[in-house]
Amino acid sequence: MPSETPHIRHIVNDPTLSSAQKARALSLEAENSLPYPALDRETQDALEARLICDMYEGHAPYKPRYVLPDYGVVLKNGSEWLELPVPQTLDEAIHTLMIAYHHVPSVTAMPVYIGQLDDLLLPFCDGVTDADLYQQIKLFWRYLDRVLPDAFMHANIGPTDNRVARTILRVDAELKQIAPNLTFLYDPKISSDEILQMAASNITKCSKPHIANHPLHDEVFGERGYGIVSCYNALPLEGGASTLTRVNLAKVAKLSDDVEDFLTNKLPYYVDLNFRLTEARIDYLFNQSGFFDSFLVTEGWLDETRFTAMFGIFAMAEAVNELQDKIGATGRYGHDAQANALGYKISALLDGLVSKRPMKNVWKGRAMLHSQAGLSTDTGFTPGVRIPYGTEPDPVTHVLALAPHHQYYGSGVSEILTLDETIKPNPEAVTDLCKGAFAKGFREFTANVGGNDLVRVTGYMIRLSDVAQFHAEQGSRTNTTALGAEASKQTLILQRKPRVVANELLAGTNQ
Amino acid sequence: MSSLQAQISKILTWSCVDGPGNRIVLFLQGCNFNCITCHNPHTIGRCNDCGDCIADCPTDALTLEGGKIRFDPALCTHCDACLVACPINANPMVQTYSVHDILALLGKHKDFVSGITVSGGEATMQLPFIKALFTEMGRDPALAHLTRFIDTNGYLGAAAWTTVLEVTDGVMLDIKAFDRDTHRRLTGRDNARVLDSARMLHTAGKLYELRYLMVPSQTDTAGEIESLMAFTQSLEGPVRVRLNAFRTHGVRGEAAAWPAMEREQVEAAARALAEESTGPVILPALW
Ligand code: SF4
Ligand code: SF4
Repeated sequence: MPSETPHIRHIVNDPTLSSAQKARALSLEAENSLPYPALDRETQDALEARLICDMYEGHAPYKPRYVLPDYGVVLKNGSEWLELPVPQTLDEAIHTLMIAYHHVPSVTAMPVYIGQLDDLLLPFCDGVTDADLYQQIKLFWRYLDRVLPDAFMHANIGPTDNRVARTILRVDAELKQIAPNLTFLYDPKISSDEILQMAASNITKCSKPHIANHPLHDEVFGERGYGIVSCYNALPLEGGASTLTRVNLAKVAKLSDDVEDFLTNKLPYYVDLNFRLTEARIDYLFNQSGFFDSFLVTEGWLDETRFTAMFGIFAMAEAVNELQDKIGATGRYGHDAQANALGYKISALLDGLVSKRPMKNVWKGRAMLHSQAGLSTDTGFTPGVRIPYGTEPDPVTHVLALAPHHQYYGSGVSEILTLDETIKPNPEAVTDLCKGAFAKGFREFTANVGGNDLVRVTGYMIRLSDVAQFHAEQGSRTNTTALGAEASKQTLILQRKPRVVANELLAGTNQ
Repeated sequence: MSSLQAQISKILTWSCVDGPGNRIVLFLQGCNFNCITCHNPHTIGRCNDCGDCIADCPTDALTLEGGKIRFDPALCTHCDACLVACPINANPMVQTYSVHDILALLGKHKDFVSGITVSGGEATMQLPFIKALFTEMGRDPALAHLTRFIDTNGYLGAAAWTTVLEVTDGVMLDIKAFDRDTHRRLTGRDNARVLDSARMLHTAGKLYELRYLMVPSQTDTAGEIESLMAFTQSLEGPVRVRLNAFRTHGVRGEAAAWPAMEREQVEAAARALAEESTGPVILPALW
């Protein structure tokens, strides 16, 4: 029986959404008309109060949140299901990938991972001239941005210095597109200084790529590999993450009597509830959705034992400041040694709680801790373990304050360092900062250079000019601009203070 | 290890505009020029402990103890009222650091930097400290890879330069004007020693960058730009030139009312220089 449902009508008639964006929003409405996987009362209450959060994913998880196929399989074997022969040339290989991407689901219905592109394409590059390679990559890049316009879509390159990686960096800096997002895996023992320098120089032009500390990730994921996707999630290759759920540390802190109560009672309790939420969702995905019967699994692109559960946390800054207030301490998170130490203690406790809990249908039987980047609706809560917008110290102090957290967050830490435009003629300074961050234990290095049109919001890229246009109600071609527009209006993301870089001699400060 | 000390008004552990890569920058207090265009006039004087600034400090961060000014960083709110109050362009917040202190700081930050730059004020007024610091850096295996730069007005004499060049990797030198009268008017000093220093440093392979401040109607004239071109050509081998544009930010006195340098003219000068000159021409990063 048809009935008038105003919020659905609103989606259908929204002039700022494309047909595809409308279709996606409508499908979510349909999914959410089903009842949620069964939750006990306590978990249900905590979810409703958003002390714990399911990232507003649908009520019936029918696909993992992040899927990282081994595209090497289709390049090596072709695909029976997709009726694809084994590619022989570079054109055929790229074409095969372009087809493959359309069959890889994720939370956004677009692929979040498009592969370790240099490893995938290098075997097809013998006899291909530099000019041809450049042209092919350029067309490929244009295709990706126009057909899969989602800044969560992520390509990986490195750690070796090779033709494909260099060509991708060159094209990426030239086109300055939002999609795909790009990570360079850096290993001081393998990567050349020149390619790191090239990556740093790209950062000063388009705030991409983001650089991953390969030796640290390699130690976690081992031989079968990993990929970096979305907002700096490090996940097993041939698998991914079934779910991302998260605890709002600030809300838990608010409920706590004092630091002691937070650490020994409240936080363990809400961690437990978040686990129950995660289990319910994973259980539905594995036992009811039928996802793992797909050809992606039967043809070996994916292995169902390689899906982790991302255990996210956010609002560490507000949690620490709240707890500091409760004990009458004035030091603020990110700036004060005592406040920072409390933060490290919370991270260590979370690590202990998460690594002790066995989980079914999860890679290695344990969830992975994640410092989560945030959602557009997170007003008043700082992403992950970040220092609140506009209050960050200089980039080196910033890195030193956050580095001790990184060891605990195996599935990634979303962090952005904002750099002043004066860095543009001096990309070596980016390299220095990156190397220093890695020496101190940073898993990921991401920088935004002030004045760039292309900037990172929480973890994905948007164009400032697109946001301005969207606010003028004109709609946008890319999915993340809608998210970014919401985020920039509701939270203070675009006020992230560009760092004052050696503004000569502002007397007396910072001594 | 050297216990030599320096008067330092500020230390940055993050700077990307004081030489190649990220650098630790020490701003040494005191200058032998008295530039009317100085953006940081409070770096020029050396405090004589007169105590005049104490009353202007809103948080009692300044006191006089045993006839010496005492500064408590914990109480300071960085309002800079004391800098305005000081009659001789000094700074009561200057602190004394030993070579050892700076080596310890470098040890903590060595993974983040390409090196160190001593700036000012005029850094070379505390030359023995610089020499001791740079020598110790070269001897310490954990720090020997870091480059050592000096940012200078070039007034130091040739003999003094030779005592420090062996342990110095690069120098950034400011030329304020080529016309001698203009130079004297702008800085209070003659420019002969500055130009000699530039030549000598270039010959020694230590001149990393020549800096030239364009001030409207004073040093942006066709004649001055031609002199700059001729000077760079007179040096054998390429020289990197950075054009700076005068702004009134921080400037006190007469020059505070001068117009700021226009972007188009700086870019035009850069184009002319790039055609004739032998090395890269760097423009201001921000307008
Ligand atoms: S800058 Fe510091 S010392 Fe100077 S007047 Fe202000 S509070 Fe006092
Ligand atoms: S800083 Fe200036 S005003 Fe203050 S005591 Fe020193 S000389 Fe006097």
